Amino acid sequence: MKFAVIVFPGSNCDIDMYHAIKDELGEQVEYVWHDTESLDEFDGILLPGGFSYGDYLRTGAIARFSKVMKAVVKAAEAGKPILGVCNGFQILLEVGLLPGAMRRNESLSFICKPVDLKVVNNQSMFSTAYKQGEIISIPVAHGEGNYYCDEETLSQLKANNQIVFTYQDNPNGSLEDIAGIINEKGNVLGMMPHPERAVDTLLGGADGLKLFQSIVRSWREANVVKA
Amino acid sequence: MFKVKVYVTLRESVLDPQGKAVTHSLHSLNFPEVSDVRIGKYMELTVEKSERNLDEVINEICSKLLANPVIEDYRYEVEECVPQ
Repeated sequence: MKFAVIVFPGSNCDIDMYHAIKDELGEQVEYVWHDTESLDEFDGILLPGGFSYGDYLRTGAIARFSKVMKAVVKAAEAGKPILGVCNGFQILLEVGLLPGAMRRNESLSFICKPVDLKVVNNQSMFSTAYKQGEIISIPVAHGEGNYYCDEETLSQLKANNQIVFTYQDNPNGSLEDIAGIINEKGNVLGMMPHPERAVDTLLGGADGLKLFQSIVRSWREANVVKA
Repeated sequence: MFKVKVYVTLRESVLDPQGKAVTHSLHSLNFPEVSDVRIGKYMELTVEKSERNLDEVINEICSKLLANPVIEDYRYEVEECVPQ
């Protein structure tokens, strides 16, 4: 499986993402600059964390108009797996691939620490390697991760089982402890915690690796003809 | 040429953590009469005259980029500038 790590001016988790895919997951991966127009050669798209365009105006607001985002939307429509982490999640919200918006953390502080998440939906293509209800430890690092959506959207998220991860001890004020959501079709995941920073026990934990393994597993099931 | 002053504010239904912190700070500075603070953004756009309708252009700019309609409202004022 071949992944693209999209790099915007100001991305700073792109190298961690690349490392997670290449060295820990053992799949193909390439950096793709934000002015690229086609992502046709890739099977999965990763939007890393960081501070694209300095977070000017709003987080993700300017990155979402990059050339590459048209290709990301096209890939999403084609059903390819798209993962946005932290700033990547914020960009997916701004571009409208996921519903809702981010506010400043309730505490107004930048939070950088490992947090416990609950896997509340292990049926998505990003979470099948986890057990339903499993508690996993993944680091967060953000100043604007306070997820918000209106009541109608929230009831849709619940009805369609689109909430994949919730915080055990809500660090930022997110509505309903939401840490990660998928789109209705199930092939776009946005999450504030960083699974790519939790792929090696030597570096504090490997609970994030199963997320990437889930993507590869579901891609293989759909695309690789059994010999 | 026009000067367009755009105000972007969080929707009333959306909690404003910054505004809440400033309200608390004002209370501790002995301004109990301040019951609420909402923090927003103020932007000034210099816009050349064109064939397009100014209001349509500004509304499109605001809804596409300057404000996020999920959590924010906007309003604007237009001043006509006379070039020196």
